[in-house]
Amino acid sequence: MAAELSRTILQALEDQDTTVTFDDPLEHDMVLNMGPQHPATHGVLRLLLKLDGETVVSAVPDLGYLHRGYEKIAENSTYHEFIPHTDRLDYLSPLANNVAYVLAVEKLAGIEVPPRAQYVRVLAAELARLASHLVWLGTMAMDVGAVTVLLWGFREREKIQDIWDLLTGVRFTTSFTRIGGLAQDITPEAIAMTKSFIENLEVTLTDAEKLLKHNRIFVERCEGVGRVSREQAIALGLTGPLLRSCGVGHDLRRDEPYLVYDQLDFDVPVYHDCDVLARFYVRIEEMRESVKILHQVIDKMPSGPVDSADPKRMPPRKEKTYGRMEELIHDFMLVNFGINPPVGEAYHAIEASKGELGFYVVSHGEGYPWRLKIRSPSFCNLQAMPPMIVGGMISDVVAVIGSVDPVMGEADK
Amino acid sequence: MLGGLVPDPVLSHTEERGELTIVVRAEAVAKCALLLRDDERFAFDSLRDICGADYARPVDRFEVVYNLYSLRYNARLRLKVRVGEPDPRVPTVTGVWPAANWHERETFDMFGIVFDGHPDLRRIYMPPDFEHFPLRKDFPLMGIPESLPLPRKKSQ
Repeated sequence: MAAELSRTILQALEDQDTTVTFDDPLEHDMVLNMGPQHPATHGVLRLLLKLDGETVVSAVPDLGYLHRGYEKIAENSTYHEFIPHTDRLDYLSPLANNVAYVLAVEKLAGIEVPPRAQYVRVLAAELARLASHLVWLGTMAMDVGAVTVLLWGFREREKIQDIWDLLTGVRFTTSFTRIGGLAQDITPEAIAMTKSFIENLEVTLTDAEKLLKHNRIFVERCEGVGRVSREQAIALGLTGPLLRSCGVGHDLRRDEPYLVYDQLDFDVPVYHDCDVLARFYVRIEEMRESVKILHQVIDKMPSGPVDSADPKRMPPRKEKTYGRMEELIHDFMLVNFGINPPVGEAYHAIEASKGELGFYVVSHGEGYPWRLKIRSPSFCNLQAMPPMIVGGMISDVVAVIGSVDPVMGEADK
Repeated sequence: MLGGLVPDPVLSHTEERGELTIVVRAEAVAKCALLLRDDERFAFDSLRDICGADYARPVDRFEVVYNLYSLRYNARLRLKVRVGEPDPRVPTVTGVWPAANWHERETFDMFGIVFDGHPDLRRIYMPPDFEHFPLRKDFPLMGIPESLPLPRKKSQ
């Protein structure tokens, strides 16, 4: 009898619709503050996310936490004094920033640089690209859950920093270029070290690529995530790997050749999927192209001086200023009055690891730039964050930030 | 290539170091931008940068510089407008190139140049309640004491 009763009760309960639905009881979305201190924002990027459950409804990036006012500092320092500050823009590839800055000033002042210095600059810029992309590879893979590649990436980057140590004397804040030349010539040891590094990099690259592209978790977290259409990418002013993952084969090294890139043979990898996975492939391919460029640079490296023969604008070697009158005078004049480029303005951009890194310099004929504007790729690329993450899941946000690869030192200037 | 562009709004054009600069009237900049983007002969579809500059002169103190790039022709163009005090205003070009959004915010933040019609003209680097414009030439390198709200020491 009792059993029958309980069956009846159970039946009555099952017949009832017990599904509970809430019609948004809180009546508003949740606002999540991500950053500025967050391991996945790669520095001090702050994102304000409006969430509906796990879906991002809208996103507002907030910048300025690393704003040091470099453009103001530049107006108050001589052209040479500003070189160390460029290290601290994109601190993952300081050498590329050094090169970009001096190229802009040399264009303004009309200084010719000897071929050997140009080759060394290409070598430096490509090593910087490799270092930056290796960090990106490791951190982005870690953001979506793969830790091994982080260790591999940093292991290889360590070797690049050892090369920088030989090449420039320091491992990190290089300040290697000078207006009109280089701080010092490249040594045979540094060339040998670079050679052995690029010969062995392919193994790590292939291993990392195999580990990631056949990994279901990695692929599913990247494929179709963070899409931005080709038209949107152009309209938002994206450059670098982000633009090339959207089917636009634009690379300043090929389209607006500077230094000796027109004498080097390399391809510009382009993918058409516009998503995080496409950006992954573009950067992996770019590293292979950089290795190709480095091989050619080492083979073709001409001998000769690395300083332009223009003593009034190229600072003399320090040891010479101690014993020679002419050099002492030039050193005094350059330190106290600067190189005084003619009145005018110039813009020069290079293809840095994140995109177009340009310097717009206005001279009034003085030792200080009247105005110096840094066109930093991270700043412009970050502007595309909202269209990439809105509509996606909150867990995709970290994958997208990883794929945009912002460096806040550069975005905040 | 720029034959069709010389009428009215253009104030001057120069070419130095292989870089073409065109100065246009401030009120006509959005129209010029639209023409430069949509005309098949120019196709400046990519806005690379906008920056301000303070020339500390009595007339037309500020310049706003637009750095354009044409992906089709691999060509660059520097478009400039000049504005003066006391109320520097330039029409926005966010409708032409969405990329202008943050660049115009930065120019506003640093120079106090107002972009009419901008959808979200807030400071981008400095705190919202900051009262000065740091890249103007009359702003001292040292900064202005107490212009930035800093956390107080515990003893006070």
